[in-house]
Amino acid sequence: MLIAVLWTGYLVLEGFDFGVGMLLRPLSKNDTERRLVINTIGPVWDGNEVWLLVAGGATFAAFPEWYATMFSGFYLPLLLILVALIIRAVAFEYRGKIDDDTWRNRWDWGITFGSWVPAVLWGVAFANLVRGVEIDADHQMTSSFVDLLSPYALLGGATTALLFLTHGAIFLSLKTDGEFRHRARALATRLAIVSAAVGATFVVWTQLAYSDKAWTWAAVGLAALGVVGAWRAIQAGREGWAFLASALAVLAAVVLIFGSLYPNVMPAINDPANSLTIVNAAATPKTLTIMTWVAGFLTPLVLAYQGWTYWVFRKRLTAERIPAAIGLPLRAEQPSASDR
Amino acid sequence: MEAVDAARWQFAIVTVYHFIFVPLTIGLSPLVAIMQTAWLVTGKAHWLRLTKFFGKLLLVNFAIGVATGIVQEFQFGMNWSEYSRFVGDIFGAPLAIEGLAAFFIESTFLGLWIFGWDRLPRKIHLACIWLVAIATNVSAFFILAANSWMQHPVGAIFNPETGRAELDDFGAVLLNNTLWAAFTHTVATALLVGGTFVTGVAGWLMVREVRAGRIDLARAVYRPAALLGLVTIAVSGAGVAVSGDWQAKLMFEQQPMKMAAAEGLCETQTGAGFSILTVGDLSNSCEGVIHLIEVPGLTSYLATGDFAGQVAGVPELQQQMEERYGEVDEQGEPVNYSPNLALTYWSFRLMIGFAAGSALLAVAALWLLRKKGSVTDNRWFAKLCLIAIPMPFLAASFGWIFTETGRQPWVVVPNPTGVDMVRMLTSDGVSSSVGIAEVITSLTVFTLLYGVLAVVWVKLMTRYASHGAPEVEPPPEVDDENAESDRPLSFAY
Repeated sequence: MLIAVLWTGYLVLEGFDFGVGMLLRPLSKNDTERRLVINTIGPVWDGNEVWLLVAGGATFAAFPEWYATMFSGFYLPLLLILVALIIRAVAFEYRGKIDDDTWRNRWDWGITFGSWVPAVLWGVAFANLVRGVEIDADHQMTSSFVDLLSPYALLGGATTALLFLTHGAIFLSLKTDGEFRHRARALATRLAIVSAAVGATFVVWTQLAYSDKAWTWAAVGLAALGVVGAWRAIQAGREGWAFLASALAVLAAVVLIFGSLYPNVMPAINDPANSLTIVNAAATPKTLTIMTWVAGFLTPLVLAYQGWTYWVFRKRLTAERIPAAIGLPLRAEQPSASDR
Repeated sequence: MEAVDAARWQFAIVTVYHFIFVPLTIGLSPLVAIMQTAWLVTGKAHWLRLTKFFGKLLLVNFAIGVATGIVQEFQFGMNWSEYSRFVGDIFGAPLAIEGLAAFFIESTFLGLWIFGWDRLPRKIHLACIWLVAIATNVSAFFILAANSWMQHPVGAIFNPETGRAELDDFGAVLLNNTLWAAFTHTVATALLVGGTFVTGVAGWLMVREVRAGRIDLARAVYRPAALLGLVTIAVSGAGVAVSGDWQAKLMFEQQPMKMAAAEGLCETQTGAGFSILTVGDLSNSCEGVIHLIEVPGLTSYLATGDFAGQVAGVPELQQQMEERYGEVDEQGEPVNYSPNLALTYWSFRLMIGFAAGSALLAVAALWLLRKKGSVTDNRWFAKLCLIAIPMPFLAASFGWIFTETGRQPWVVVPNPTGVDMVRMLTSDGVSSSVGIAEVITSLTVFTLLYGVLAVVWVKLMTRYASHGAPEVEPPPEVDDENAESDRPLSFAY
């Protein structure tokens, strides 16, 4: 339950970060607009990414068996995601440090790569969790990398990428003003339609093929409501509502995934007896009790101060408010008495 | 090469790489917080200038520290899944708490600090950097809690049904004496790194400005920074020495093999000397080890607090461990319970030797700046500043290399006064489902990526440090009315 909350937090918050990163190049016309795009998530992206670290750490603490099987099993996808996240994190911070077009351009590609790869691969990974992988009796995952690329999993990757693109475009139109805002809004409207179509296929497939519960239809419905609501709201220029609606869509998708998994956390397609469940993968009651207390106390606090951060930086950005570049030139000039 | 060797190399490379940046972040963030506090209290412009200057260097460093830290959180599961299964019940909790209690604060409030210069009231903005500085230390505490548990497992029982270590007493894990000694030593080292960095950079810039004829600038801006760094070096240096001695005494009780290896001690001795130079083939066996220079009795004193105390040698400890933990491992191979002697011996000495670089810088700076308001144009001092900066980084790396390689062949070292079954050999902890090809791939990818990033980091740090502290406008006072204004952002990526 808590793990699901943490993953939801990560995907809802990083969802628009990834979307913003993916839209960095296509949506902006010049460097000032690129900086506008990056600075909509400037103060918050790092805090958003910590949700992933905490989700990973919490999985380790609460379900060590799951943590061990999943991350050693999804070795290569995880490696790719880590490389992408490393490049992306450094790129945000370093792109403005040197005032040089080539320098900036390289880091922009880093942000693009670092946003696309996880946006697709997290979807592939979660779809594979739902679909099930080959797990032997010792809880070792034996599926190869190619096995992970089934049509259903690829559809999962496409769904997350599109959902995040829409989420990001809506976020951009919510956080900017002027001409750029209109461009972002127009794009979000188009993206919402595509992601509604692809997303609908994915959630219905998930529900029909992998969920044996009736209540997860509610999550399917909510996801549909979210995307359609986002589309209607963004068309009507209600960006705040559109953002809430697309966040609801991401949330509902995560609920559907964890709901259809329950009580498994990693089903084995070769032999159901080898599946990891919340019972056989869990830590001891003592550890779970401690983690529940710690998380129950700290998570609301985190939500409160992260919420406050969004409040502090609530004002819309415009290209005019982006200050002149202050990076140093690529090479040091000979210091002279006059320049300081 | 087997998967376990590749996995060990990979963990070592990414961890040593991560720990280049970590101590600077832990050591520099409180110093930046102090500079900003000094600005708010005294109102003197040079403190604001220094806050922004060192703040920028802190951010360049922080970014790469975060990026390299992401890998660490997942590496246990990727390469060491058997280990993760065995210890997850205990090891996972401090990791998760580190994220919840420290990473969130660091990342959120650093964002507020970077972007909040003209958005937040000054006192709240100051509180942001202090929260970052405190959270970096909280993070260090919890990750060291996890590491110290591997070195000296406490608060755990062994469940024979599942074959796992299980948590018995979380309080004991957090009160582990190894943890408190390691935490003190690590934080003191980080402050030594930060203090040396500030003194080194400011000292070098001071000499440059004096030689360029800008004596007033050197006196007004760089001298106070150098002095702040100097005080930090003095305090943290004492802390490093005292906590190091404390750790050595714990190590003698809890991990005698590491102690013996550190000293290249081949026979059990009373009044063992501290060897400064040793020749011979240390890597495999004790044969041919000759101690050339020794300080009599010092090792015994470090270990036991008595110059004539008895310290066990490697062969005797090997025999004791074979009796207690068996002569062969799960595959039936004989176990060598001693670490690589050359590596532990030399990393221990290099750790101590490189830390002395900071001391040298401190003495020189103290002498040259002893008079009130004095600045220096001494070329040799400028050179010393540049040479001294990397030294505590190297000392920190060698310290960790010693700590971690000294516990081999164990990944969970058996606690002599704990539960014997709570132990694990490194070769049993590696992921059994991950092939050598995958590990070699990730090893190569990380090494290349980190190599490139390290070059960029060095370039940016030197570029910004040599640019010097530019003059800055004080940020506007913020209240509720003008928080909404349309002026340009004070900072944008």
